[in-house]
Amino acid sequence: MDPQSVIDGANKLSHDAQSLADQAASLAAKASVLASTASAPDNFVAYFTVFVLAVFVGYHVVWRVTPALHSPLMSVTNAISSVIIVGALLAAGPAGMSLSKVLGFVAVILASINIFGGFIVTSRMLSMFKKKQK
Amino acid sequence: MTENLSALAYLVASVCFILALRGLSSPVTARSGNMWGIAGMVIAVITTLAAPGVISFGMIVLGVVIGGAIGAFIAYRIQMTALPQLVAAFHSLVGLAAVMVAGAAFTNPAAYHIGTPGNIYSGSLVEMSLGLAIGAITFTGSIVAFAKLQGLVTGKPLIFPMQHPFNAALGILLVALIVWFVIGSSSAAFIAITAVSLLLGFLLILPIGGADMPVVISMLNSYSGWAACGIGFTLQNPLLIVTGALVGSSGAILSYIMCKGMNRSISNVILGGFGGESAGGAAAEGKEARPVKSGSAEDAAFLMQNASKVIIVPGYGMAVAQAQHSVAKMADILKKAGVDVRYAIHPVAGRMPGHMNVLLAEANVPYDEVFELEEINNEFGTADVAYVIGANDVTNPAAHNDPKSAIYGMPILDVEKAKTVLFIKRSMATGYAGVDNELFYRDNTMMLFGDAKKVTEAVVKALGGE
Repeated sequence: MDPQSVIDGANKLSHDAQSLADQAASLAAKASVLASTASAPDNFVAYFTVFVLAVFVGYHVVWRVTPALHSPLMSVTNAISSVIIVGALLAAGPAGMSLSKVLGFVAVILASINIFGGFIVTSRMLSMFKKKQK
Repeated sequence: MTENLSALAYLVASVCFILALRGLSSPVTARSGNMWGIAGMVIAVITTLAAPGVISFGMIVLGVVIGGAIGAFIAYRIQMTALPQLVAAFHSLVGLAAVMVAGAAFTNPAAYHIGTPGNIYSGSLVEMSLGLAIGAITFTGSIVAFAKLQGLVTGKPLIFPMQHPFNAALGILLVALIVWFVIGSSSAAFIAITAVSLLLGFLLILPIGGADMPVVISMLNSYSGWAACGIGFTLQNPLLIVTGALVGSSGAILSYIMCKGMNRSISNVILGGFGGESAGGAAAEGKEARPVKSGSAEDAAFLMQNASKVIIVPGYGMAVAQAQHSVAKMADILKKAGVDVRYAIHPVAGRMPGHMNVLLAEANVPYDEVFELEEINNEFGTADVAYVIGANDVTNPAAHNDPKSAIYGMPILDVEKAKTVLFIKRSMATGYAGVDNELFYRDNTMMLFGDAKKVTEAVVKALGGE
């Protein structure tokens, strides 16, 4: 075996190793992409847990509300459901102009009407509930 | 603000909202409850404004100023009798906002970290389409409810042939569209889902009659919560999920309570048509001839002055006539004369849950004189006078003793047990259920015909008040 063929063989080997490493790298990249897509369903379970627990909390809290205050209950739940403004703010927040920004802007207006209207009308109602004097 | 910090702030806001609802367990704590709600909202908004993606504030400030001004103006100006339609209108706004946010998330998914345009995670697409569909249904459904309560369209159920099969077909179509949307994530599918949901919301509420509105409003309240929930899942925002779930379960519980108050199932209410065609016909025939005892305001005043216990039973008619202030004035005069005056509220009196309580509170009636059905029903036996103003079906003994009646099994206020029943009514017309009320013909009943407010004012005058 002459030295030249050894050098050639070594060269070929290193070349193969290089391509293998490239393949491995691209595989790893693909896997990480997959992992990031797969993370959505994983999160879903966590959010679903939060959801189910919140339904239970809501159930127990609302049953304790006195029937006399069912109207304020409706208006206050209406006000707090406008917390959807969080999504509207994220849409209206980025710089520049886009369809999503316009949609976000309109949603900010709608939700603000609800937040201000809902809380004010609730406090108006509640301020009227008085105990017997004397 | 780091992600962990904002997650913690959202958690604090969620707890504030829970405390807001908890405060409503008693009128004493209710006002601080409302403050908790406001605090939660402020925390939520500030936290979101501090998010890294939010860098341009001009339109946000403008939007909040415009919306806030409109909301505050309406809330300060609205009359308490118009409360049900106001709440319906507010629900529609939440629904529409959910549709807008879904649209924003669809066109700019990167802002919410749910993928890139045209390449959104399928899980997020499912959640988005649910939020979108429920939001759109809430929007048009609430508009119809508003129009009915405001009297813009008839409160009578609107029925057309093949209604239920048609709605069912629309529902199936909606599911198919959602599947199409999740697979292809096309904007055509997005628009189609929106259109079908809008139509469905409109058609679902149309056949439901006016007096079933307490159920409808509670149901739409619930929907607006679930819509927020769907959007919360889409945006992976736990605050939205928690709040949506709270509101959703609250509305669901209220719907259940209202249905129970009418002894009807939720499906029976949703399918609608109750009290529509049967009204009038059967009741008008043959029964005209039965004798009715009618009296004057002076007679009523005399009876109540000499009573030791009077129970006032208000209904929707009191709200329509805006008679709550005259009623409170009458009660004050009677109380000064040593009469024990109480109010009895049926769960479904009025057009929204707790409607009567708010109106009486507005007229300065102390809330510890106002009682719910279970609390006071035993006391009619010891009452000398039951003053029924603008209520009818909720006092009808047919609910107890006529199995054929449309309202059989419904819990009623047993006004018949009082020594004398005074009915303030505009005419002998039947109530919403279209059922004749045999109480009108009893010996111990006296009818006071006329507008609820005018009659009560006349009674006040006869009692020596101004």
